[in-house]
Order: sequence, then structure tokens, then C-alpha cells
Amino acid sequence: MSKLLVSPSPHIHSKDSTRSLMLDVVIALIPAVICSVVFYGWQELLVLGVSVASCVLLEWAITKYMLKAPSTIGDLSAVITGILLALNVPYTTPWWVIFIGAVVAIGVAKMTFGGIGQNIWNPALVGRVFLLVSFPTYMTTWSAPKGLFGADAVSGATPLGAIQEGLMQGSTVQELTAAYDYKDLLFANLGGSAGEVCALALLAGFVYLCCRKVIKPWITLSILCTVAVTSLIFWGINPARFTDPLFNLLTGGLILGACFMATDYVTSPMSVKGGIVFGIGIGFLTMMIRYFGSYPEGVSFAILIMNSVVPLLNMWFKQKKFGRK
Amino acid sequence: MSKHTFSIGGVHPHDNKISRECALQQLPIAPAVYIGVSQHIGAPSVPCVAVGDKVKVGQVIAEPGGFVGAFIHSSVSGTVKSIAPRADLAGRSTTHIEIAVEGDEWLEGIDTSDTLVTAIPEDAKTIVEKIRLGGVVGLGGATFPTHVKLSPPPGSKCERVIINGCECEPYLTSDFRTLLEKGEQVVVGAALLQKAMGGVPCTIAIEENKPEAIAHIREVIAKLGYKDMDVMVMKMMYPQGGEKQLIDAVMHRQVGSGALPISVGAVVQNVATALAVYEAVQKNKPIIDNSVTVTGECFPKQANLIVRVGTPLQYIIDYLGGIPADAVKIISGGPMMGRAVANLQAATVKGTGALLFLTEKQTRRAPETNCIRCGKCADACPMGLEPFLLNKLSKAADWEACEANAAQDCIECGCCLYSCPAHIPLLDNIRVGKGFVLSAIRARAKK
Amino acid sequence: MNVLIWTIAVVTVLGLVLALVLYLVAQRFKVEEDPRIDEVEKAMPGANCGGCGFAGCRAFAEAAVKAPNLDNNYCPVGGNDTMAKVAAILGYEVKAKAPMVAVVRCNGNCEARPKVNEYDGYASCYVKSLLYTGDTGCSFGCLGCGDCVNACQFGALSMDPVTGLPVVDQEKCTACGACVKACPKRIIELRPKGPRGMRMYVSCVNKDKGPVAKKACANACIGCGICAKTCTHEAITVEGNVAYIDPAKCKLCRECEAMCPTGAIHGVNFPKPLDKEAIKERIKIRQQKAKEAANV
Repeated sequence: MSKLLVSPSPHIHSKDSTRSLMLDVVIALIPAVICSVVFYGWQELLVLGVSVASCVLLEWAITKYMLKAPSTIGDLSAVITGILLALNVPYTTPWWVIFIGAVVAIGVAKMTFGGIGQNIWNPALVGRVFLLVSFPTYMTTWSAPKGLFGADAVSGATPLGAIQEGLMQGSTVQELTAAYDYKDLLFANLGGSAGEVCALALLAGFVYLCCRKVIKPWITLSILCTVAVTSLIFWGINPARFTDPLFNLLTGGLILGACFMATDYVTSPMSVKGGIVFGIGIGFLTMMIRYFGSYPEGVSFAILIMNSVVPLLNMWFKQKKFGRK
Repeated sequence: MSKHTFSIGGVHPHDNKISRECALQQLPIAPAVYIGVSQHIGAPSVPCVAVGDKVKVGQVIAEPGGFVGAFIHSSVSGTVKSIAPRADLAGRSTTHIEIAVEGDEWLEGIDTSDTLVTAIPEDAKTIVEKIRLGGVVGLGGATFPTHVKLSPPPGSKCERVIINGCECEPYLTSDFRTLLEKGEQVVVGAALLQKAMGGVPCTIAIEENKPEAIAHIREVIAKLGYKDMDVMVMKMMYPQGGEKQLIDAVMHRQVGSGALPISVGAVVQNVATALAVYEAVQKNKPIIDNSVTVTGECFPKQANLIVRVGTPLQYIIDYLGGIPADAVKIISGGPMMGRAVANLQAATVKGTGALLFLTEKQTRRAPETNCIRCGKCADACPMGLEPFLLNKLSKAADWEACEANAAQDCIECGCCLYSCPAHIPLLDNIRVGKGFVLSAIRARAKK
Repeated sequence: MNVLIWTIAVVTVLGLVLALVLYLVAQRFKVEEDPRIDEVEKAMPGANCGGCGFAGCRAFAEAAVKAPNLDNNYCPVGGNDTMAKVAAILGYEVKAKAPMVAVVRCNGNCEARPKVNEYDGYASCYVKSLLYTGDTGCSFGCLGCGDCVNACQFGALSMDPVTGLPVVDQEKCTACGACVKACPKRIIELRPKGPRGMRMYVSCVNKDKGPVAKKACANACIGCGICAKTCTHEAITVEGNVAYIDPAKCKLCRECEAMCPTGAIHGVNFPKPLDKEAIKERIKIRQQKAKEAANV
């Protein structure tokens, strides 16, 4: 025996580490990744590869050469940012656009604030929104899935995009949604960014995260409920102008956003109460943007807006202290 | 079977009760014992023997230094060798009375037989006085003098006595063995406490991972025919045995910040304390020994020992075969709240409940990384605090903000640091903030 | 073109109106203050270190203007020059004080004071001192986590990686006293800098009895009292097993330093290295003479 170790209590630690939690998130994303590769083919694999590799490399380079600090890529958070960014762009996006997205996500949205834990906005979403604003052509030219060994892609719009366009041309919602089979939405058979395509795979990952107690389900549930309730009200008022709840729940990356982006530890409130308010905010803003905004899709913007008020939510919604009013 | 638990937070460390099958055994008396005068919360006791005096087991060797104080008795018979400063397990010098052991001669009047005495004194005052004379202090860890706890301030009324048999700290088994092997005595001790508090009902709270103890104590209560006493099965959750948490779980009442359990009508005593109460009142035997779990995965000869107060730790360890090669840390107490031993020459005190050996892999802290704001510390905190915030405020030395965010409510259970995935030394810093806030509160109270 | 003109006009009018509002509000809520407070504050070093006992330079200035004299207000950082300026502004007298410097009174380097256990908690002396007496045998000495270094705003303190002890850069030290407050072991003391920086001090605070102290640290003061007996200026007292040199009485003769058996007494900034033998010889001759005188 060498010298005795002396430290303040507690003397044991749970098995959780930042790395293990992030690894769980990566595992939870695997079904969605497999789905998107199966539906979109090798091009999607390339997108994923470029995105993950550039995120990890950028983080490594920034910590090593700019911050001159120990590398933080071991915690796997850059891998998650990479996967989420890839799932948020169409599989036809050129590699250099994805690289620019990674630069914005890791370089601007994450490392500028001091790396993991310090960022205000979800890095992958900032990257995605930057690309959406800067390269609208690449980001809005969606292609219908062609499968791993399928034929050439057919260009088209996402369901939400198609409906917005149709509404502007004077069609009613009923006519437009008639074109979609909701079963297809659930099992990923429609155009969209990779992550939007298979709701079931995403939900499987979400259930895994909840079972592993990595995240609590409240944020996700409150987003989904708010979207359902809000759209139910509007749809009830005017079914010709507004889309129905089920359609809204299954399209536009809502499930990806609610399960994996809004629940990001760093950019979501700590308390359950705060999380529920945060989720209500996201759900409501999403629906407002979808119904009245000029973008067909609002989840990314809604999450980023609510990210900005997280410090306030943390201040306002605290858990009850023991023995205090 | 319904299981009870507290309402906020908590963690689930593996309970690791590996020494649960080891029956209580007497540790041979050491050649010399060192009895500290500051074994309890409150004023240190004043030695009342001189160097060269002959003492017997159970003889008073130090008297209380104030109302919140306790008698200290000789745990051995022999000659007082010195009364001098000696380092405790943290290396701090306090006065110790060194006694060289000669034989094992007990003071007259102490009943050393095994017969169970169930006849309870009629008068509550007699019981409390006997407890005071027996030097009984809370053996659950806090070592608060028991007679003070049993003398509620005017205006407050006790409604329930709770016997804390949760033993929620991983590894520890001495209370479990005591319940199994000395269940009758514990139950009579509980009845004495009931009587002392004016015949209020009593609940013995035991965690679900000790089914044998639960069954045994139920049997004993039925056998002795106590009506106002029941066993409550608690959920396995840390810190179930925390005083405030236990009251919340048993009585659904929350003790306010800075308030005492009696403010909600509860008196909580540990199983070992109940045994000590029995021995002090029924057998005239003061606290001269206590049961100590010696355990750890790396420690081959696990044991639950009955150890005389003042035995050097080194003596206990040598008796069980020395420190294993891969042990790097020795803890006095459990792994969540125990204190790391820096000095093996230190002697046991009344409150010593365990010696735990941990290996490098089990206990070495991982390097601190950035807070990822996961909120696991806040979820784990049984007091509903925000450890991540208190950590920051304490590091910034903003004591006013620490107070506003209730740093003084921290019970130092260690749940926050245990659950932090970024390995941030939350509790280390919160303790600092808590200390400053408490001294500020005391300073204000004086004014 | 019309739009442009309108835009410029609106912005200009808006600017003027808002400026007027701001001006009126500023006039309405103006706080009357003694103008000397600003002047005094300008004369201060502006470090806001709190070394004077006030919250910052502004608070010091406010207090100094209110005070009837400057006896209780002294800026250790600015020293006599700053205080002369402040005194001139306020028309007060100021007593010059000897410049001070922080002195670390622990000499227990890694070699002299080997570690007996390993600390594995948050690297803060304060946290460590709450837990136990430290990872060496000495329960009085430096804990080595650098709370003093963190407390110093002037970059005057640094940990020496070889000795494990803090080192004071006497050029940068302003004697603000932040490190004195930060040290839970009360090892750091502010002492007069001394003529040309020359000063003597006992670099140990161990109150244990000699053998205990010696066992824990080879460089400890063992309270033997040889220094006090040697000193001809009555500058050294031994209290609680540790010697202390009164800087006001010390004449810098270095005799105590030469006689100290453990090397706990330090003299710094002397032009020549200590010639122990010569000093010992000198003391011997003096003592012999004294003996002879007593016999006669």
C-alpha cells in the first residue's frame, strides 16, 4: 500500500460520466441513422460521415490550436452534433455546405462560448439554420427517398412545403393532405431532411433515452402535446386553412426536434416545471411559424428562440426546497 | 407491502452489504486506549481523573463541559497514563486520556449478564437522567447528546419516536446485525424512549433490503406485546436515514430550514442509540463500546466487531490481517458521508460505525470537466437545492446569494457529487458556502 | 429621394427629442456629491483590491472625504506617494508608513516536509483545511493549493513547483493583504520591506513541541530559543514553541540566522551571503568577554 488517499465525502461515484451519457444519445440515434441510410442510400452515409468527421476535427483543432486546452472530443458531444446536423439536411447537400454548417455549429455556436456546457443555443440547430438562410437552394430542394439501391432521386418538396405552396395557389388543406398516407409519414416514405423521415426510429431512440434515465420525457411530451392541442384548435376552426394535428406531429422534423434537439442538456431548463414551460413555448412557436410564417417549417426556429430564454426559465421555475414554502 | 420514502431527490448507489452475514464479535481489548474528550457535538468534556489514577470499566473519566455535553466513561480497566493532545483521524490535536489496560474489571452496579430486563422505570425523568449519566450520544453519525434531544424546549411536544434502522449508507451492516442479534434490547430501548417522551407512539423504520431484520423486529414487538410500536418498511434509497428525510417519509412532515425535528413533533434515534439507551437505563452500562463494520470488497476478513471506545484504528486493522495491498483509502463511516482517515493511530470514538476500505478504482475522483447543465445534481438533492448554482456562488464567495439559495439547508449527504457526470466537486464547494452562511446567521442571531 | 429626406428628418428629430429627454432626466435625478470624492478617486491606484478595508477605491475616497483625518484611511497599494496626493486634495496631514510586503512563513518544502498522505479533493486550501490538517506531518504549514495565488490581483504570488510553496514577487506585491485573508493557515504576514529590501523573519508557524515539529519538517522552528538568547536587540520572542522577530526592533545583524539549528530563520536581499562561521566566532568572543566582565 502506498500513501492513504484523503478526500472530502462522498467517496464513491455513480457510473455516469459526460462521455457515457453522450454515448447513450449516440446509441439512441442509431435507429434513425440506419433508417435514413436505408431510405436514402450511400449518399446519406457520405453526408453523415462528412458531418461527424468535420465536427469532431473542428473541435479537436479549436481546442488544440486556438484554446490550447486539453481536447474535449472524448466526451462525444461533437459526434452528436455531427449526427444531428447530418439528419437535419437533405442527403443531396454537397459536402462543402455541410462543412460550413459544421464550422458554424462547432466553431461559432459551441466553442466561441467556451465549449461543451457553455453554449446558449443548440449547435446543430444553429448550423442548420445558418445553412437554411445561406444556401436555401440546397436546403430546400428535397428529394424523395430512393432507397439503398433505388433509382435516381426525384426532386420534390417536403409535405409541409408542398402544402404551404399549395395554399398559396388557392388549394384547400384537405385536397393537399389527401396526397399523403399517414402510415408513410410514420414509416418514413416521404421527402424531407434525413431525420424527418422515420418517426418510429426516432421514437425508439427517445424511449431508449428515457429508460436509461438520460433524459426526462417531460420536455418532449409537452412539445408534442402543445403541437397537438394548438393544431387541434386551429384545425377545428378552419380545416380548409389549417392542417390537422396528426399531420403536424408527423412532419417537419418535429419528432427529431422534440426528442433530440430540445432535450439537449445544455440548452434546456433544469427543472421539470421549467422544462414543461419550455416545451409549451416550442410547441406553440412551431405552430405559429407553420401556420402564419413564411417558412413552412418552424421547429428549428422555435427551439432556438426558446433556448434563448432558458436562463430566465431556470431562474423562474425552481423545484420546491425541502421544508420551505 | 407498501414502501415509504421521502419526497424529494435521492440516489440509488449499490448497497454492497457484503458483511451482512458476519455475526457481531468482540474485539479483544487493545493494550492501551486513547479516549478523546470531544466525541460529541457540543462542549468538550472536562477530564476528572489524574495521571496515575486506577480506573475501572464504566467509570466516569470526563464530565460534560456544558448542557450540550456528555459524560465520558473509561472503556477499559487500568491506569491513566497521560492526558495530552493527540491527533484524531483528520490529524487535528484534541485532548485524549490514555489508559494502559490491566485486566477487565467492571465498575460495581453494571449488569453484564445477558438477561433481558423489560421492566421499564415509571418516571420519564429517571430515564432521561440515566441516559445522561450513561453518556449516550446519537450513534447514527451526528453524535448529538441524546438527553438534550429528549428534553424538548418548552412549547414543543413530541408526537412520535422514530427509531432509525434504515442504514441507507452502502456497505454498513452494524445496525442490521444489531437488529438481528440484539433486537429485543433495541425494542426495549425504543419503549424506554417512548416512555421518556411521554408515552407517544413509536415507529421503527427499516429499509427493504433487510427483510430478516424486519421480520425479526416484528416478531419481537409481538412477543413483548408492545401496542404503540410498529415497523415501517422503507424504500431502498439514499439518504433514507437522513433525519429530515426519515421524518418526511414516516410522518409526511417537513422540518423547516434551521429547525429541529421536535418542531414537527418527531424525535429520531438510531438503532445503536436505542441499544445504548437500553444498556444505560436497564443495565447501568454506559457507552463503552460500539459496533463497527469493517468491510470493503478488497478487505478479505470482513467483520462486525464490538469495539471498546478509544481503540486505535491500527489495532482493529491489524487484528483483521492488516491493510490489503490494493486499498488506497480507509473511511471511518460509510462511503457517502464517512470521513477519510488520514491518521491510522487515531482512536475510535462513540460515533465510529465502520471502517471501509476502498480501492483506487472505486474511489479516485475523475478529473473535473465542464458542467453540461444536465440538472442531475438538482434532481438528486434531497433538500431540493440547486448544487450547480451553489457551487458557482460559493466559488465566487457570494455568501449572500448562497444564503438566498439555501446553502445552509445542505445536509452534506453527497448525492450531488455522487451523481455529477462532469465530476465537479460540488459538495466540496457547497460546504464552504454553508459554513460562511451559518456563521453569518449566528452572527446576526447574536446581535 | 423623398424617402431619403424623410428618413433623415425623422431620425434627426427623434435623436434631438431623445437627447432632450435624457438631459432633463439627468438633471432631475442628479445626485449632489462632494467633487473631492472624484478627485481622490482619480489619485487612487484603481485596483479596487479592498486592501484598505473598504469595498473599493471609490468607497475609500468617500470615507476619506468624510473622515476628520487620515489616520484610519491608508492605501497600502499606492503607499506614501498616493497618500500624499490624497492629503493634498483634502488638506490633511498624513503619516508616512514604511512600505510593507507579504512574507510566507512556511519553509516546509517537499524535501524537508515529506507527504504522508495524498489529497484527492477540490484544489483549494480552504476546502482542504475544513477536511483535515493536510497531507504532510505538519498541521500548521502551507497546504499548497494556492488560495493565496488566486487571491492576489497583482500577480505577485506564484507556486514554486519544486518546493510546493508560494513565492512572493516583492516588486509586484502591494501589501494589500488579500493573501493574508485567503490563507486558512494564517501563514502569510505583512512585514516592513526593510532598508533596501533587507529583512529577517522566522519562516515557520509550527506550534508543536520541538521533537514533534522536527519530525514533521526538517526546516521547522523547534522553539529552542537559541535565537532569542543570541539576539542583543531583544527583537526575538518565543511563544508557543515558535519564535517571532519583531521587525521594529530587528537590526539585521543576522546572528539569529547563523545560530538557528534548523534554518527556520530567513534573511533576504542581503548583499553578501551569510558567513555563518564568522558570525559564530564573533558571538563566541562577545560572550567570552561578557563572562570575563561578569567575573571581574
